[in-house]
Amino acid sequence: MATIIGGVGTTHVPAIGGAIAKGLQNDPYWKPFFDSFPPIHRWLAQSKPDVVVVFYNDHGLNFFLDKMPTFAVGAAKEYKHADEGWGLPVQKSFPGDANLSWHLIENLVENEFDITMCQEMLVDHAFTVPLALLWPGADNRPVRTVPIAINTVQHPLPSAARCFKLGQAVGRALESYQSNERILVLGTGGLSHQLDGKRAGFINKEFDHMCMDKLVHDPEALTKFSALEIVEKAGSQGVELLNWIAMRGALTGSVSKLHSNYHIPISNTASAVLLLENTAVGSELRKAS
Amino acid sequence: MKHQPIPGTPVFDGDAAQAGFALNQMCFSFNDAANRAAFLKDEDAYCRKYGLTPKQLAAVKNRNVLEMIDAGGNVYYLAKLAGIFGLNVQDLGAQQTGMSVDAFKQKLLQAGA
Repeated sequence: MATIIGGVGTTHVPAIGGAIAKGLQNDPYWKPFFDSFPPIHRWLAQSKPDVVVVFYNDHGLNFFLDKMPTFAVGAAKEYKHADEGWGLPVQKSFPGDANLSWHLIENLVENEFDITMCQEMLVDHAFTVPLALLWPGADNRPVRTVPIAINTVQHPLPSAARCFKLGQAVGRALESYQSNERILVLGTGGLSHQLDGKRAGFINKEFDHMCMDKLVHDPEALTKFSALEIVEKAGSQGVELLNWIAMRGALTGSVSKLHSNYHIPISNTASAVLLLENTAVGSELRKAS
Repeated sequence: MKHQPIPGTPVFDGDAAQAGFALNQMCFSFNDAANRAAFLKDEDAYCRKYGLTPKQLAAVKNRNVLEMIDAGGNVYYLAKLAGIFGLNVQDLGAQQTGMSVDAFKQKLLQAGA
């Protein structure tokens, strides 16, 4: 059976991609953010995931308002990045894992998640920036990927409870996958920020800290929020927290926090990074016996 | 089912999405460099091609983000229009809050202090 080794939550601000392209990692503005990644690099080098399942949101690269799926699962052999219109360098494509994608799709639909399945799917900065942060260097991508896009653009958005349940269903499906794959789950975006309206620049440190705390041991506490309540507390785009909640839902075992960082600001955003280790409950029992 | 307003916070709901479709569709086209160039070459013709409403046309002409949002624009798409002029989300934030870009950046730095 496949093993879910852990989850990572990370901010995906496009400007991070710009900073990587310009080599600004040690610039005083950027250093406090980039310095939070070496512990994750060390953990990844030890834990060696084979596949990454990425919960993210598309910002108008692949999906437009003509057809806007609430949940979309990639089922491609590779995922291409493309020009997003604001000058980010286009990344080389990312390998997919079509067998695992279809396993997820079969399981999700069986479990009443009526997802959209995509054999072609452009991935935007919300996917490419986190992978570049986890595996720096354009050619250093020793993982296959399965993108799962959650609509955070067009209201009504799915609730936190629904996203958590989606994550749980993904986690159960991954665990039933007949292989020895080691799987990492990623949730990208957030935390609090707002780009639009007279409240642009809104940040809510207290709410973010509460969320990062609850995500470790009490994620159900976050499922009481409607998407609009998250918009109110975390800002219009802070609602990307939904991706983190889905990521946490997929960690079905015993979860412990290995590393976290919170830094304001990156561009308009309260940036955050969280590394969670997942130990399958079954394997703990086996260890104990 | 209507939601309660959140002060200073546009919610891109069904009403906004219907009102803003043409403007957002035009901005979506700016993922393509050739379309960005066509817009710069003849802005009026490009806007006509996408059938912008008079309110949307005026908002684009005024380079006014709050007016564009009021006309149904969604900030993720509008950011692609802003990118044509070399503006980023901090420039947009400054304009919408009536602050200088430096003051807006300072406000964010203070939020982390």
